[in-house]
Amino acid sequence: MSVVGIPQQDGGSRRGRTSPRFSLPDGWYRVLLVASAAVFAALVIWFLVAIAIKAQPAFSTLGFSWIVQKTWNPNLQQFGLLPFILGTLETTAIAMFLAVPIGLGAAIALAYLVPHRVRLVLGTAVELLAAVPSVVYGLWGVVALAPLFRQYVEPFLSSAFGWTGLFNGPNLGVGLILAGTILFIMVLPTMVAVSRDVLATVPTEQVEGALAVGATRGQVLRKVVIPGARTGLLGAFTLATGRALGETVAVALVIGNSNYIAHSLKSPAATLPSLLINNFGEASGTELSALFGAGLVLLVIGLTVNSIARILVRRAEGSELGSASVLVP
Amino acid sequence: MTEQLISTTAEVIEDDVDLRQGTIAPRSGTQTPVMRLDDVSVAFGGRLAVKNVSFDVYAHEVTSLIGPSGSGKTTLLRALNRMHDTVRSAEVFGTVLLGDTDIYARSMDPTLLRTRVGMVFQRPNPFPGMSIYENAVAGLRFNGVRKKALLDEAAESSLVAAALWDSVRDRLKNHASSLSGGEQQRLCIARALAVEPEVLLMDEPTSALDPMATLRIEELITELKDRVTIVIVTHNMQQARRVSDQCAFLLMDDDRAGKLIEFGPTEKLFTDAKDPRTLDYVNGLFG
Ligand SMILES: Nc1ncnc2c1ncn2[C@@H]1O[C@H](COP(=O)(O)OP(=O)(O)OP(=O)(O)O)[C@@H](O)[C@H]1O
Ligand SMILES: [Mg+2]
Repeated sequence: MSVVGIPQQDGGSRRGRTSPRFSLPDGWYRVLLVASAAVFAALVIWFLVAIAIKAQPAFSTLGFSWIVQKTWNPNLQQFGLLPFILGTLETTAIAMFLAVPIGLGAAIALAYLVPHRVRLVLGTAVELLAAVPSVVYGLWGVVALAPLFRQYVEPFLSSAFGWTGLFNGPNLGVGLILAGTILFIMVLPTMVAVSRDVLATVPTEQVEGALAVGATRGQVLRKVVIPGARTGLLGAFTLATGRALGETVAVALVIGNSNYIAHSLKSPAATLPSLLINNFGEASGTELSALFGAGLVLLVIGLTVNSIARILVRRAEGSELGSASVLVP
Repeated sequence: MTEQLISTTAEVIEDDVDLRQGTIAPRSGTQTPVMRLDDVSVAFGGRLAVKNVSFDVYAHEVTSLIGPSGSGKTTLLRALNRMHDTVRSAEVFGTVLLGDTDIYARSMDPTLLRTRVGMVFQRPNPFPGMSIYENAVAGLRFNGVRKKALLDEAAESSLVAAALWDSVRDRLKNHASSLSGGEQQRLCIARALAVEPEVLLMDEPTSALDPMATLRIEELITELKDRVTIVIVTHNMQQARRVSDQCAFLLMDDDRAGKLIEFGPTEKLFTDAKDPRTLDYVNGLFG
């Protein structure tokens, strides 16, 4: 099984085949590879087992249904995770809803449209943004964005999209929409940098082949470059989604930390990671165990998103074989 | 000199109109130029790669470009369908006429030009995400053809013309990468033919193929003469001699820019060259 975005190499470990870059004897080469794979596998298993053991008391006292219950109230021994699961999914959805079109557009611009010098400057900027620590984004969100959202963005959204029912309630600044926006800004550099790199891997001969039969630049992008980079673009999406799902500090600073299910995108809410960071310090007993359980749930959500992306990639590649309708608009 | 050029151009216009109306179907030997290169130079980043090339490409003939590596054959060929437009550092000077129109004129739409002057590349480059059928009709789709009947007809006729129809008619929906290298190159030829170009540019179309596949492409080139005018770059002297009617020999000058040494009927170039350098090259003495 291959990681999303990385084509599978097969036969690398077969006897008699050595990588041209290493001159290690075959036996040593194999031992080294197997050993590092084993270390990696052991770490993953250790990690999973340790979390599962810590979470186990919560499952034995509460069963399984607590995961999808609505109320988090440690004083009453209620540890419903539903508000946090929803908060996690909603903030990530907002972030990706913005990041996919804008990230892809910026990547295309960087790879194909802007002049060379601008490309260098913007490319460096994108890489710098990717290196900013998340707490800085969070503080910037609180100090600079929250007032802006309260005064302008949220009133605007309410009046323009109020009919959707998604923007009811008071304008607070902090809440789901601000958290989603901060996440969007945080994952954008990843989206742009990875997408740009995978777009650049589409062979020039493919691009020229399309131009040579009279395709416009737009058609080349839509029919050749983007389909050709599809696997890698889904990889970029998965990476960015993973980052949005797991982001902790920045979200905790701007989401308003409410333990109730949000009824509007303007409402304060919480995510699984923000729940963890806000409660872990003082938690003990079943609550501590439930927090580990929340960690497990987050892990499962991350794996699910990853698997769905993988299935989508495989389906896209499968349908490519034998499909006659890739060009059909 | 200028007057002479203008008057020949006027003749070209007339011939061209006739050609388009289909009243006259010039065959090999009628010496009707469909393309004229006049003092064409190409520079990359201000450095000349090809300089001052002038010759005519005659209708329904095969014109070959030969010369050692780096002499600018590919560069010159790509100037004929404005492929250099996509290379930021590239500049093209001089005039390239297609019929009566300057292909570098501001009014010329490069995408339209490329449907009139098609191109086949050195390495077969079918679109990997598309079926054989979709590859064959890709150019028509790009140009907005939607009607299934039209597409089917064009797919069949271009695949027939590329001598591929019989072997793929039962698997049109298969992935293009299921074909052999030679078949893929013929698919690329079909793809180029489907938009019915007047001129087909081929850059070493057989250099990635085995001798059998090469032979079939060479036969195909000869068969295609009725349908299109071909300009082919080749490293293979025998190939140039086998398939082409006219031959242009390029060589690097002292400033490393490629320059046209000799142009003329292929047989003449190979047996009775005017320039001693041509003689040496076609006899394999250098390059
Ligand atoms: N995109 C480019 N940018 C800069 N220089 C280029 C570019 N393409 C070609 N050149 C230069 O132009 C010169 C001619 O190259 P070209 O590829 O046309 O030669 P060729 O005759 O086709 O050679 P070959 O037989 O090896 O294919 C070379 O010096 C090459 O370095
Ligand atoms: Mg070349």
